[in-house]
Amino acid sequence: MPINKDGATEKRVNPPLSAEEQLRRRTRRGFIGLGIGAAAAIGGWEWLMSGAHEEGDIPPRLRSILQANESVVRKTIYSNDNLAKTYPASAIGEIKVNGELGMDDDVEPGEWRLEVVPFGQSGPALKLDLDDLRRLPRHEETIDFKCIEGWSTVTQFAGARFSDFTAKFARGSAGAPSVSMETPDGEYYVGLDMHSALHPQTLLAWEMNGEPLEDEHGAPLRLVIPVKYGVKSIKRIGKVEYVGERRPDDYWAERGYDWYAGL
Amino acid sequence: MIASGTMIYWAYDPYKVGISGFTLFHFFPDWFYNATQVPHKLALGMAIHFAFAWLFAINGIAYLVYTVVSGEWRELAPDRKAFREAIQVTMHDLGFKVPLPPQRRYNAAQRITYSSIILMGGLSLVTGLAIYKPAQLYWLAAFLGGYEWARFEHFWLTMGYVAFFVIHIVQVIRAGWPNFRAMVSGYDVEGVEAHHAD
Repeated sequence: MPINKDGATEKRVNPPLSAEEQLRRRTRRGFIGLGIGAAAAIGGWEWLMSGAHEEGDIPPRLRSILQANESVVRKTIYSNDNLAKTYPASAIGEIKVNGELGMDDDVEPGEWRLEVVPFGQSGPALKLDLDDLRRLPRHEETIDFKCIEGWSTVTQFAGARFSDFTAKFARGSAGAPSVSMETPDGEYYVGLDMHSALHPQTLLAWEMNGEPLEDEHGAPLRLVIPVKYGVKSIKRIGKVEYVGERRPDDYWAERGYDWYAGL
Repeated sequence: MIASGTMIYWAYDPYKVGISGFTLFHFFPDWFYNATQVPHKLALGMAIHFAFAWLFAINGIAYLVYTVVSGEWRELAPDRKAFREAIQVTMHDLGFKVPLPPQRRYNAAQRITYSSIILMGGLSLVTGLAIYKPAQLYWLAAFLGGYEWARFEHFWLTMGYVAFFVIHIVQVIRAGWPNFRAMVSGYDVEGVEAHHAD
């Protein structure tokens, strides 16, 4: 800094910039800002998509965000008083068969048994046949069955409420964090949070559109859970187990989909 | 959002433009899917979409708050004469010999377009929420005409952004460097020559 005669520093004053110079400076700043923004966006994207994960699954940070979304939904808008829209029988649409996983083996309705493992039980599982289930209060509903792919079909189901089933065959299990269900061959399996499983529209169904459930739709017994995407409505249930795990194994969640899959 | 949305849409892509049996254009043809590498990424698309939806919402709300607090909304909101003026501006830009109405920072066509885009952003958020949680937000889905209508609306809003983007880029190129410089710097200079002559 220049020093004047009596030793005091003198503040140097820049000559005022012309409008053209000011504009050039601001434009340069604007481009630098854009460049920094673009670099930050690329860096942020790389960060989000990085991290080790199984083939076919999504990166762990995206998974964390899905789980955070689940928490937000469960703490805010989710309620078992919120019902999926129901329709008159005239609205029933054309059925689409989508998903044969776990359905390779033929199951004779007479031989089929539903294994039930109540929460915290280590003894032999309870084995039920369809007549045991039919003794529960019958419930019918016509709902819009929504596939995670984006299509949906209005379908009528009849069966027993899962909450009634739990109260009768797995007393004390309603307090378990989750429930796990699988096909008799174990090929397909879903995990459900107990809250959604006890939703009044969650059914163990043996009838569809007024007819006994057909093989391709999951005979003899399937789940219908209208507050979740169709991937959770497991066909041909072989086993129901009430578990302490927060997120029991789920076929499609292992393949990149949201574990919660709530609607 | 558009890229991940396309990954989701691919898994169920029923929308087309045409009359009854005749399809003029199917959204989307194979060449589009092949070129964009969209297919078989539904799970990834959903995860990205539901992550960036937060950014979309927060960014939109921040923009709205800033525009209102700074008073810049006055530059953007269309006034009573806007529709008539916007038609004149559009005709002029399309090459018709129509005199331009007096221009401010944004002309009437820009004001209507930019305000519409903000409104559309809000609608995208609302229709998206209705598709995301149609059982919990059953009242919202019902208000929008149901689950399937909400998906349809969500799709066409996006087509609207694409159209906006294309026209916007064309107009920026047509307007030339001084306009682009003003977009980047946030400033424009009027009467530079007169200033130098001082």
